[in-house]
Amino acid sequence: MTGYIEQREKEANELRLNESIASSDRPKPPSAVASTMTFATRALLRIKHVPEQMFDVTVFPVIFLLMFTYLFGGAIAGSTEEYLQFLLPGILVMTVAQITMYTGIDLNNDIRKGIFDRFRTLPIWLPSALIGSLLVDVIRYSMASVIMITLGFALGFRPEGGLMGVLGAIALILVFSFSLSWIWTVCGLIVRSEKALMMISFMVLFPLTFVSNVFVDPRTLPSWLESFVDVNPISILATAVRGAMHGTVTTQQVIWVLIVSVIMTAIFAPITVYLYRNKK
Amino acid sequence: MSRVRGVSLEAAPDWAIEAKGLVKIFGKHRAVDGVDLTVRRGTVFGFLGPNGAGKTTTIRLLATLLKPDGGSARIFGHDLSKEGDEIRSRISLTGQYASIDEDLTGMENLVMMGRLMGYGRAAAKARAAELLKAFGLQEAAKRQVKNYSGGMRRRIDIAASIVVTPELLFLDEPTAGLDPRSRNQVWDIIRALVGSGTTVLLTTQYLEEADQLADRIAVINQGKIIAEGTSSELKASVGTGTLSLQLVNAEDRPRAVNILEDKLSAAVRLMLDSTSLTAQINDSFLVADALSELARNKIAVSDFSFGRPSLDEVFLTLTGHEAAQEAQSEEGVS
Ligand SMILES: Nc1ncnc2c1ncn2[C@@H]1O[C@H](COP(=O)(O)OP(=O)(O)O)[C@@H](O)[C@H]1O
Ligand SMILES: [Mg+2]
Repeated sequence: MTGYIEQREKEANELRLNESIASSDRPKPPSAVASTMTFATRALLRIKHVPEQMFDVTVFPVIFLLMFTYLFGGAIAGSTEEYLQFLLPGILVMTVAQITMYTGIDLNNDIRKGIFDRFRTLPIWLPSALIGSLLVDVIRYSMASVIMITLGFALGFRPEGGLMGVLGAIALILVFSFSLSWIWTVCGLIVRSEKALMMISFMVLFPLTFVSNVFVDPRTLPSWLESFVDVNPISILATAVRGAMHGTVTTQQVIWVLIVSVIMTAIFAPITVYLYRNKK
Repeated sequence: MSRVRGVSLEAAPDWAIEAKGLVKIFGKHRAVDGVDLTVRRGTVFGFLGPNGAGKTTTIRLLATLLKPDGGSARIFGHDLSKEGDEIRSRISLTGQYASIDEDLTGMENLVMMGRLMGYGRAAAKARAAELLKAFGLQEAAKRQVKNYSGGMRRRIDIAASIVVTPELLFLDEPTAGLDPRSRNQVWDIIRALVGSGTTVLLTTQYLEEADQLADRIAVINQGKIIAEGTSSELKASVGTGTLSLQLVNAEDRPRAVNILEDKLSAAVRLMLDSTSLTAQINDSFLVADALSELARNKIAVSDFSFGRPSLDEVFLTLTGHEAAQEAQSEEGVS
């Protein structure tokens, strides 16, 4: 009796299985825009399911700003409010630059978990997998910026460049960060473990962000160090962002940021795509 | 099959896969060492071998994920090295480990795959729902995949591979680590896929699995194919029947070997555990006689079977090792 019911159930299942497998047609492969948007949707869904990953763009900026303002504010500039006008743009640059490294870590996880292989056997324009998640990262960077500037305002930060200046400064940060991310995607494709990747990222980012003009005016430094600080991309960005926020930015400063961004993208984006396609 | 260059190949390729001399070298290790493979369209091809034999590497070569260091291959007549896009639009790969986003739900994963295959939003949703239902995952649709059981994970993984039914599906150890019930579900899915015309290349360490599903089987060991044929051809190459015996006392084994060799006039092989032995025989009438001779000599038998040789025995004959043992020593080394 039960055997009969089980048998019928099995047949019904088989029928459904056969139908659903046979019923599929073959759509045309998606356009580059469509697949990019799909990967962006994936990144957004991941934020929805793993909200902890927003920690770095919400809590970091707050901690960094409070810490540096009150720790160094008194010691370096004498007054915290005065120092904040100088510090906030730089520390914003530093914070966002540091969170760009998560792009590489996410990609590295995809590779180790095998979903990367699935994407690579799809008939899609491959860079869309990277660009899609980078676009969502840009949203994350914007969030970090808004949070930090809002908090800064409450602490007494008064940008003389006004709203337009601030928005322009954020735009510069986003362009730069998008370009910087390609360095991390290259690392994420080469390095095997997440730990090693973190190490490399810190080894690059730590000197880059601290040996820059984020905290101090480079004119107080020994000349050999000063020349490094001057060509450091983080300094170049911090100078332009500071200028934009306080209304003193020059065209030249903006162009330098764009040049650095274009160079980073032009070198590291093609390497990323090549490695992505030919990963062992 | 005759090959007329550039003319008939494109029109009606009978072969899903034609590989010649595929080689892949990692460092100094020849993981795939001259593999020839032809798989007829619409069939299931079983790729059988112990851990580390080169199964996964061969699949990754054929799925355009790795570049071969030697040899060539055509998938539905398309050159592996030149027509990657053509090939990618026809194949799908379910890897050895779940290759889906574990943080997303089952539904979200399938919708994403549908969109990436070119479906519009609504069509992708409909297709995802249809597959979840067919694979018995309806209730789990809104749960994150990381909370799925092993069997559910495998099913969602395969579902993700057939959102658009591929012409050729690679399944790398599709039932490894599954309980018998989940394994049967996966087998049903594979049979249904083949029923709809998909060609399947599956790898397995389970000899029974290849026997159950595959039309043809290749046995691979240390990067080389050491035998190829239908399941019955492989079995026939070993002998018409196998007698397997398990003794109660290990000390009786040497005497039992003498008696059996005498009565059966065939070589008796000692198995790994100290009480088991097998013999390939060509005349089944001798079996009863041999067993009663054991009884006369007071050698107690706890279990015996007589039947066509299993693929385990095929493997044993072909390689001189037991498959399981091979797997262990291989793991120990690497
Ligand atoms: N990326 C790799 N780098 C180095 N060696 C590898 C790599 N992939 C596989 N191997 C080696 O190649 C051999 C075959 O591996 P694999 O194809 O995974 O075997 P199987 O799937 O049959 O278990 C193994 O010895 C394995 O260690
Ligand atoms: Mg494998």
